Amino acid sequence: MNTLEQTTDEILQLAARHFHVPREQLNASDDFFKRLGINSLQALDLLTRLEQHFHIELPDYELQGVSDFRTLAERIQSRL
Amino acid sequence: MKSFQGKTLSWQVREGTIELSLDRAPCNEIGSETLVELEKFTAALEALQEDAHALIILSTRKEGFCAGADLRELHERSQALGVAQRAAGVRDFLERIHRVMNALDAAPLVTIAAVHGVTFGGGLELALVCDLIIADKMARFCFPELRLGLIPGFGGIPRLKRDLGNAIVRDLLLTGRSIHAAKAQSIGLVGQVVGDGDALRAARTTAAQLGKFDRETAIAAKRFIKPVPYEELRREIDIFCELFTRPAVATGLKKFVESTEALPYLP
Repeated sequence: MNTLEQTTDEILQLAARHFHVPREQLNASDDFFKRLGINSLQALDLLTRLEQHFHIELPDYELQGVSDFRTLAERIQSRL
Repeated sequence: MKSFQGKTLSWQVREGTIELSLDRAPCNEIGSETLVELEKFTAALEALQEDAHALIILSTRKEGFCAGADLRELHERSQALGVAQRAAGVRDFLERIHRVMNALDAAPLVTIAAVHGVTFGGGLELALVCDLIIADKMARFCFPELRLGLIPGFGGIPRLKRDLGNAIVRDLLLTGRSIHAAKAQSIGLVGQVVGDGDALRAARTTAAQLGKFDRETAIAAKRFIKPVPYEELRREIDIFCELFTRPAVATGLKKFVESTEALPYLP
């Protein structure tokens, strides 16, 4: 099973690739809304891609109040 | 009208298939303007059927199929009215949208929702009137109405109950969570999941295949296996109207409209 660091790194790679942001510019503590410049609909798009990538279901209410990559990774990690 | 270009939608007949395209920014929210044009469409449907064996409902908005009812319009109109007028206004809207949905549900041709992205609330209800739902893999489905202190009002619960098991209906309705296309397929909501951006192509291919079958047989089969749950639909309107005048709903609508949260779509 992935470590939290691996999960975080995979999230950062996926976000960088999909939203065309250089991977090296993204950090685990970043606010992904601000860093990626995404709105609520794009956030749902990111959620769908993460669910597909990790083969999980992540109820969106678990993401309420979550805005940084590390906490997002923790939520995903708990479903792996 | 064989083709129509409105402010919120358009339609045309293409190779024996009617294509109803939703196109209202930001994500095809269904308000009074869309309702009027949907009514035009259902009025034109009888004539359109002469040249078509199938109907595809699709969205031209990249954000998704449809984000549901236009809550901003609902909030603004409700604010200007007293409680009694508010209840009468929402009942009138529901009666009209139900007539549209029921006409689409029972239409004597095979209907396909080609969905992508956000398919929430009234958008999911519109997809549910169709005989088949073809989704691209990025589609998401949700009934977020409980967040506002309401239930789905465009016929969602009776049609979801018709199509799925009660446990998954409760899960979707009571949690308000959104599910991705693969999950929607696994529970039987979606018939086919296709690649990103491929739903319309797949729907057209499916419609072309359906055109090879005897039309009378297809209609007879549809009527046999897909009854319209009229009684429960009537009950849904009553429950929605009973709930709508409570102060909690006005509070919920105001909160949604004025929200600056990053995820206002999330319940």
